[in-house]
Amino acid sequence: MAEAVEAVDSVVDKQPVIEVQNAIKRYGVGDASIFALNGVSLSIEAGEYVAIMGPSGSGKSTLMNIIGALDIMTSGKYFLDGIEISSMDENHLAIVRGRKIGFIFQSFNLIPRTSALANVELPMAYQGVKPKERRERAMVALDVVGLGDRVNHEPTELSGGQQQRVAVARALATRPALLLADEPTGALDSKSTGDLLDLFDQINAAGRTVVVITHELDVAHRAKRIIRMRDGKIVGDEINKERVA
Amino acid sequence: MSVFEIIRFAFRGLFINRLRTALTTLGIMIGVASVIILLAVGNGSSKAIQSSLDRLGTNSLQVRSGGGGFGFRARASANTQKPLTILDTVALTDKTQAPDIKQVAPIASTNGTCVVGTNTSTPSTFYGTWPSYYEASNTSIQSGSYFTNDDVTQARRVALIGQTTATALFGTASPIGQTMRCSGIQFTVIGLTAVKGSSGFQDGDSLVLIPITTMENTITGNQPLTDILVEATKSTTATAAQTELTAILDARHGITGRKTADFSVFNQASLLSTASSSSQTFTTLLGMVAAISLLVGGIGITNIMLVTVIERTREIGIRKAIGAPKSAILTQFLIEATILSLLGGILGVIAGFVGSHFTIYGTKPVIVPASVFLAFGVSILIGVFFGGYPASRAASLRPIEALRYE
Ligand SMILES: Nc1ncnc2c1ncn2[C@@H]1O[C@H](COP(=O)(O)OP(=O)(O)OP(=O)(O)O)[C@@H](O)[C@H]1O
Ligand SMILES: [Mg+2]
Repeated sequence: MAEAVEAVDSVVDKQPVIEVQNAIKRYGVGDASIFALNGVSLSIEAGEYVAIMGPSGSGKSTLMNIIGALDIMTSGKYFLDGIEISSMDENHLAIVRGRKIGFIFQSFNLIPRTSALANVELPMAYQGVKPKERRERAMVALDVVGLGDRVNHEPTELSGGQQQRVAVARALATRPALLLADEPTGALDSKSTGDLLDLFDQINAAGRTVVVITHELDVAHRAKRIIRMRDGKIVGDEINKERVA
Repeated sequence: MSVFEIIRFAFRGLFINRLRTALTTLGIMIGVASVIILLAVGNGSSKAIQSSLDRLGTNSLQVRSGGGGFGFRARASANTQKPLTILDTVALTDKTQAPDIKQVAPIASTNGTCVVGTNTSTPSTFYGTWPSYYEASNTSIQSGSYFTNDDVTQARRVALIGQTTATALFGTASPIGQTMRCSGIQFTVIGLTAVKGSSGFQDGDSLVLIPITTMENTITGNQPLTDILVEATKSTTATAAQTELTAILDARHGITGRKTADFSVFNQASLLSTASSSSQTFTTLLGMVAAISLLVGGIGITNIMLVTVIERTREIGIRKAIGAPKSAILTQFLIEATILSLLGGILGVIAGFVGSHFTIYGTKPVIVPASVFLAFGVSILIGVFFGGYPASRAASLRPIEALRYE
């Protein structure tokens, strides 16, 4: 009996957080249509640290948006924690986004004319976290990304790198099980990049799943698994031997 | 996430976009206020006409020389036409033939200018009459005294003047006992009539009243009367009085049919209904103008609300991407729209009330309560609908679509 439970447990443990089956994303119709994703299948298990690389226009962001439940695919299936996301309605998707996913956008996407602190607090507000706790967690997150002294600045009063770090803080503060980052180091110098990657290491060490899109090899090499894309397809998927013994 | 929290978001949204908030509020305010004021002006002017007619009294009748209506004198019978005379007036006082007539006053009118030193005034009403005129025309005095029957028989050179004339000639000084020259004749002012206000286009206080005998002796000579003012015993007997006086004058003037009549009778009661129906037309017209301005205002509100939501589609996308449910976003935008419309509406009502305190082109506006509710209600409905509907559409978009919105 006890053995059976253990066996089930281990199966559950092994269950992938992300399971994408034959994803196709097509833009436009007829001859003019293009396939941003052309049959992508991918599974990522809980606790993995994955980097996605590939040339510009290869479909990385498209894939990430689908994984983040922000976009739907033309055909294919997507399961997150065993739940089929591809057939969920918008209202349930909103809950999934809030509860499970921390998304760092390529273009920051901060709310304009709103302070860094309020931006970081916002996802927690939608989750119903109490104002006091929310404020504390937001302050901690901003401290972690090195913006403890800039909490009351609005996005236009921050540099690109600082805005990027606010976006990171916003994604971290909700303590998501799945952290998705689209070019998180695009606007950062090497020092900030190093700090951010250390942070990702810590988050991953705490058992959370991290998926990062990047152009930079040194960023990719901090991940434990590297996926390469080209023309809407996965063309390479390998374990990073430097990091995984 | 609590409703309280969403309300806080809505207020923050409004505060962050201060300028837009102010302009939207202003737009709604002007729309609401203009509707209220326009209708108040229409209503006020119709009320003014009504009350000045009321003051004339519905039991008074006016006999005027000539057949048909005003301006349509029966020229064909000009040779047989008999003018109205003092004797006609006296004939109407016969209690047996005319039991429903209370009293009668002749009116001889002239145009003349009155002068005191360098001050001049041309009264719009310059009448020669006798004392029963006061009651028949609802004229009273605020100071001094009336001229009497004795003044009429003696043809004394005394006059009652209205407030407008008094101010023009004597300024702030009391005119009682002062002298003035009208049409070259010197008169002593013995009374100042109570303020009547203006009725439509005529200033009721630009007035000089003198004994009819004095006017005939010194100014007009033996000219026929312009009118005979007749007061019926009650407003309900006005029609009976009209029949009686018509019979008496027909007999005196040898009239056999209405077509050949050389006088006409105006009944204030019927005049009143004509006037009030025409002022109703005026109010309806203003109401249409107000409806159009409400429509235009409504389109303005719609426009601002649509632009606002489109402008914030990206923001809606961000909120959705970080886990905001559609209901939270929709509630926030609905509350924002409601606050804006309410604020604008309330300020508009206040502005409408304040604006209606001023006299506009001689009319004292009187607020129509229905217009307040209408303007307020419509602007809020429009504001909430056009703030809510596009927000609900934007909130239904997938986050990535909303985020792509430029
Ligand atoms: N809304 C859209 N309409 C049409 N085509 C689109 C749309 N979004 C993306 N594409 C196309 O899909 C393809 C993949 O785009 P995607 O953004 O996923 O690229 P990417 O790998 O993230 O590139 P980058 O490294 O430059 O960010 C591109 O060819 C792009 O032009
Ligand atoms: Mg991209």
